[in-house]
Amino acid sequence: MDTKIVKKQQPKYINPYFGGILLGLLLLAAFFIAGRGLSASGAVKLLVVTVVDKVAPAHAEGNAYYSKFIPADGSSPLYNWLIFGAIGTFFGGMLSGAIFGRLKKLRVEHSPKISARTRLIAAGAGGILFGIGSQFGRGCSSGAALSGTASLSFGGLIVMALMFGIGYVFAWFFRKLWI
Amino acid sequence: MGPLIPQEIITGQWDFVIALLIGGAFGFILEASGFSSSRNIAGVFYGYNFVVLRVFFTAMIVAMVGLLYFSYFGWIDLDLVFVLPTYLNSMLFGGFLMGLGFVIGGFCPGTSYTAVAIGKIDGIVFATGFLIGVFLFAEGFPFYEDFYTANDLGNITIGEMFGISNEWIAFLFVVVAIVAFYVTWLIEKRVRKNMTEYKFE
Repeated sequence: MDTKIVKKQQPKYINPYFGGILLGLLLLAAFFIAGRGLSASGAVKLLVVTVVDKVAPAHAEGNAYYSKFIPADGSSPLYNWLIFGAIGTFFGGMLSGAIFGRLKKLRVEHSPKISARTRLIAAGAGGILFGIGSQFGRGCSSGAALSGTASLSFGGLIVMALMFGIGYVFAWFFRKLWI
Repeated sequence: MGPLIPQEIITGQWDFVIALLIGGAFGFILEASGFSSSRNIAGVFYGYNFVVLRVFFTAMIVAMVGLLYFSYFGWIDLDLVFVLPTYLNSMLFGGFLMGLGFVIGGFCPGTSYTAVAIGKIDGIVFATGFLIGVFLFAEGFPFYEDFYTANDLGNITIGEMFGISNEWIAFLFVVVAIVAFYVTWLIEKRVRKNMTEYKFE
């Protein structure tokens, strides 16, 4: 009886190796079709560039980083492959959530040992670090670590190794957040 | 034959439709694998759930070996496939910050989008923090512009870096992955036995 209840509580996820094969084939298809892999952080970068360019165009033009991503022909930086990819990622996630019954009302997921507030502070801090890091790293887990390493880029391997390695180094300090 | 878009076998107007479809499949697979939950993801650092390692490594070796076979069969011109350039100093530092952000925040950008999509407030906060981080980086860019481009190794591959062929590199990755799958399976079994609180969400 007990096992039945536990099973009911467990969400329906696909087998991770099956998921990995699907993701690998998708990545291969992206290389074959577009000549580049998957990306997630690029869309946020272009969004930031667009907003800053709208609010303070002179400031954006004068900054060597923003100006790299403002199209010379005056078109919007948002009219870009990366933006459409991220929109797709959002709706693809929503579709999966709807099919497997995880698309629900707004909630905070956190370890029972910490409050929702602590979890949100950690999520925000982690996001900021990831945001800064992804720009130094030329991409995040998707663009640099996964797609970069799969296309045998040495830089991709560095980002992947550091990302997981440093995670393990600091895991002990942040264990209260998770276990 | 491939890649199709860089060789204009598929023309411009289809670009964004394809980007939407590839992105959609990406989000679907991430969510369906359990990556919309930060507690599933962070499990990789504490041994109670190695789903990240399984999905990530499987995907990486499938794509890596696939690319080499596609090239071998003459289906794709690897010279036209984007190899992420290596800026050693900047990428080491970036990887460091991302590792820290990963274990504190429990998401990476792509997974946080899927968390937002199914209604997780912690996903929304992470994604907002991510956006703020990118903004902070860009605002401070003049201060570290030189560091950002220092030690530029160009589009160097792993094989070129170590002086062996990329086929061998791919083979090594497959071997390491299989060993990692087995070892982490053993660890996970052991950790979960002593864990009563972790309830999958």
